[in-house]
Amino acid sequence: MRLPRDLRGTLVIAALGSGFMLVAPEVLAFFTIITLSQVIGLAILALSLALVWGFGGILCFGQTAFFGLGAYAYAVAATNIGGSTGAIPIAILVAAAFAAVLGYFIFYGRVSDVYLAIITLTVALILYSLTRRTSGPEYKIGNALLGGFNGTTAPPLNIPGDPQAVLFPEHTFYVAMIALIAAYVFCSWLVRTHFGRVCIAIRENETRAELLAYDIRLYKLGIFMIGAALAGLGGVFFSVGVSRVTPDVFSLSQAAVAIIWVIVGGRGTLIGPVLATFALHYLTASLGTQSILNTNLVLGIVLIIFVLLVPKGVVPTLADLVELRRQRRIARLRERWLRARRPHTGR
Amino acid sequence: MKQAETVLEARNLSMHFGGVRAVDGVDFTLSENELRCLIGPNGAGKSTFFKCLTGQLRPTAGEVLIRDVNVTGREPHEIGALGVGIKTQVPNVFEGLTTEENIWISARRWHRPARARTLTAETVERLRLGDVRSDPVGQLAHGQRQWVELGMVVAAEPWLVLLDEPAAGMTHEETVRTAELIQEINSTATLIVVEHDMQFIRMISRKVTLFHEGGILMEDTMEAISADARARQIYLGHRA
Ligand SMILES: Nc1ncnc2c1ncn2[C@@H]1O[C@H](COP(=O)(O)OP(=O)(O)OP(=O)(O)O)[C@@H](O)[C@H]1O
Ligand SMILES: [Mg+2]
Repeated sequence: MRLPRDLRGTLVIAALGSGFMLVAPEVLAFFTIITLSQVIGLAILALSLALVWGFGGILCFGQTAFFGLGAYAYAVAATNIGGSTGAIPIAILVAAAFAAVLGYFIFYGRVSDVYLAIITLTVALILYSLTRRTSGPEYKIGNALLGGFNGTTAPPLNIPGDPQAVLFPEHTFYVAMIALIAAYVFCSWLVRTHFGRVCIAIRENETRAELLAYDIRLYKLGIFMIGAALAGLGGVFFSVGVSRVTPDVFSLSQAAVAIIWVIVGGRGTLIGPVLATFALHYLTASLGTQSILNTNLVLGIVLIIFVLLVPKGVVPTLADLVELRRQRRIARLRERWLRARRPHTGR
Repeated sequence: MKQAETVLEARNLSMHFGGVRAVDGVDFTLSENELRCLIGPNGAGKSTFFKCLTGQLRPTAGEVLIRDVNVTGREPHEIGALGVGIKTQVPNVFEGLTTEENIWISARRWHRPARARTLTAETVERLRLGDVRSDPVGQLAHGQRQWVELGMVVAAEPWLVLLDEPAAGMTHEETVRTAELIQEINSTATLIVVEHDMQFIRMISRKVTLFHEGGILMEDTMEAISADARARQIYLGHRA
């Protein structure tokens, strides 16, 4: 079978991303580079939701649960181990393991789509109130104080195996950017594998996939766990970028903006939600410096505009436009060719 | 001569929805390589019977045996994994995927990539879907969508095939082609076909089972059923 769209587009985007990675520290302010690591963490969260929702058809409203767990697990593990080397895989594993347990009950219990959205969101909000209640010296995991609503310190990244060699912010930015690009290429590859295509097929029609002898529960659990692992990785870079983890990672507004990124960027694409994260973060950051407009109000308006006017999201809509122009051009060329071939019959 | 082996059996199978007895105490057997037609008026319970056989519904009572194995209450993918294929009455296709992708998903379930690719290409040709191989199935005409679904069923190379109204909404030529295909499939598989189109049934079948109000009213050749007064009254009379 011909691949409808091969990996060439992915590699072009990965190359552009690498170009941005190399140029950014040269042209952007130091402070901007520090914030960028944080935003990259959020972009990986958006990517994970783009995969799970856009390709797996699983509307996980509480994707931030895995993001936040990754962030907390990293902070706690890095504090205890005294370094980031082992803490990053631990963060990813904690998020994926939590998704395995939660997903098992959801998918093997055949919970419907709407309840899945509600359950995952509820889980995130439960984690929000639980972590907020952890102020006090008794809430300690090893050496790490959880710190209630003030949160806990997230140690910086270090060179693998050498906890003393702490990375500079621009190096942290490089690492985060490489992780984002690698995660993006991985997802692009994944949705083209047999596993990925079955997940897409399940999104399109669960009954048919089951009748073709695919155990849809297993596939959904698989993509759910992969998404959670990615979200956990996003949580790592977010917490490193902020140097702290607070319960806000589990908040309702954080869960909602993740959904907004995917809607604005476009479901069914991977790069769309990533770009939307950067764009909307830039928008809210520049709004943050003034006090006329409320940031959440603006985000709400953006969401409404997109749902009503660009329901497919930016990237799919642009792709449609490009395709339309291409077809018009082909039609024009064909017409010209036909006219040239039969000059005496043409008008 | 050796008695043909029974490959599918329903014993006292019932499916009740509240007070509605959609399927009610059905005993049914199917022999290897048979091509059986299932007819009956709207609401007789034919589709519900299929859903019980394929695990889409868990029967209220009774048993389903496939090659003497009790498969009652198994998941649809487990029944599918036994080599049972079904085309449902309401088309179940992957709307957003292309014709080729739809069929490939089915072929790839059973074969390595290279074989899955050739099997997909063969199936596309066999169902005459070459012109629409790269079109999203959601954009195809009704008859072609039915064929895509049929293509998915045959690409899995099942040995037991259930087809629920495979020719519904098709043009005459499409119907004839579908009848040919069913004969072809029957050379390697046992089939049950639900249809309302009497001409179509005459084209393909020897033995016909008549469903009525959740039960089997009679089982005979189409000629005998057409000649039966009761059958004519409950079914054929409506349709003439
Ligand atoms: N999920 C359900 N819940 C309640 N009633 C149902 C359900 N599915 C089917 N029924 C009822 O069961 C009866 C049998 O329906 P079924 O679809 O099996 O009939 P059928 O023989 O396939 O009819 P048709 O020829 O119209 O396709 C009908 O009365 C129908 O309304
Ligand atoms: Mg029916």
